[in-house]
Amino acid sequence: MEWRDQGALLSVRRHGESAAIIEVFTAAHGRHAGVVRGGASRRIAPLLQPGAQLDVSWHARLDEHLGAFTVEPLQSRAGVLSDRLALAGLNAICALLARALPEREPHPALYAATIPLLDRLERGGWEWDYLRWELRLLEELGFGLDLEACALTGAREGLAYVSPRTGRAVGQAAAGDWADRLLILPAGLIGGAEEVEGLGQGLRLTGHFLDRELTNGGDRPLPEARARLVMLLLRP
Amino acid sequence: MADAPRDIERLIELMARLPGLGPRSARRAVLHMLKKREAVMAPLAQALAQVALSAKDCSICGNISTSDPCPICTDPRRATGEICVVETVSDLWAMERGQSYRGRYHVLGGTLSALDAVGPDDLRIPALIDRVGKEGTTEVILALNATVDGATTAHYIADALDPTGVTVTSLAQGVPIGGELDYLDDGTIGAALKARRRV
Repeated sequence: MEWRDQGALLSVRRHGESAAIIEVFTAAHGRHAGVVRGGASRRIAPLLQPGAQLDVSWHARLDEHLGAFTVEPLQSRAGVLSDRLALAGLNAICALLARALPEREPHPALYAATIPLLDRLERGGWEWDYLRWELRLLEELGFGLDLEACALTGAREGLAYVSPRTGRAVGQAAAGDWADRLLILPAGLIGGAEEVEGLGQGLRLTGHFLDRELTNGGDRPLPEARARLVMLLLRP
Repeated sequence: MADAPRDIERLIELMARLPGLGPRSARRAVLHMLKKREAVMAPLAQALAQVALSAKDCSICGNISTSDPCPICTDPRRATGEICVVETVSDLWAMERGQSYRGRYHVLGGTLSALDAVGPDDLRIPALIDRVGKEGTTEVILALNATVDGATTAHYIADALDPTGVTVTSLAQGVPIGGELDYLDDGTIGAALKARRRV
């Protein structure tokens, strides 16, 4: 078994004295793990940093084997190390992908959304893109929110809330007395102004569904990296 | 090949667990020691037994020494206003080999890692914050690895120390001594360019 692809490195674990087990997110093979021989060496270890874009060749005798990667660096993304917010963003993206995606299941649309976001981290102004990326992640996992029309009236205007149970939008007028039990839908997610307050509301919205769908009833909490990113994004 | 007697086999097995040694190299090392019992093996055994009894973790900085506090923490010639934060004891020893730094240290015992669920309380970060408050520290130098986990830990510590008002600095990143630009990765070149200085 053999294939070659490009992808973003999600995680690295040392394996024995000289090897490493890495997880790479590729377009055609999804989240895929494999051994890198010499991956803990002085020459290769600096290249194997989470977020790095790699050209990877995977080979194994049988498809169900862990297999081995040979890697070539394409882009390091090390520029984020000096920027605490960008670094927190990179950590959150890698941790959520490593946590949420089933192994070896391709998600080309999510890959296409992830790589430009990783590239934007160094340049700044990516906060709302990150929020939309979390919505895309939920969608790819089969828990997409329906923010097109009000679940009660079908109206496409005046949407202000999301039902925490169904993930469907609810209009301002239709919410009535139930408003305080609903999650706020920030205007920035439906074509309105992208404001800091809305970003916090949006992260609470995606956080609610990520938490509900990924934590398996609280057994495995969401990655700490996401909580740190949210804290930094909302810090005054 | 005939097996070595049981005690020697056990010694080979134990040696083979050491980093950098496998069963073959452990066997070679043990054979070498057996050939030079008086000159190598006996002093080594004595030193091992002695260090096993006397080695202690310094309760102040986390260094490994034979006394607690360690000689670095009790040295009156060392600057008390500076604390150099390192990831492991081997990093502390590397800094000491350089002989450029004459302050004190704080060993974290690792870095924050979302993947391995290592949080601030699993490291000696609360002890560092406590030290900074008690010792009248003026500068904390973060000498952590230039990796994603190292940088994440550095930012976390800088945020945690912010209320104390202490100056937090980190080691420079860039072209190593004797390094050639052609062999550097783009991240290192970018960091070096950011940290350029007037010649």
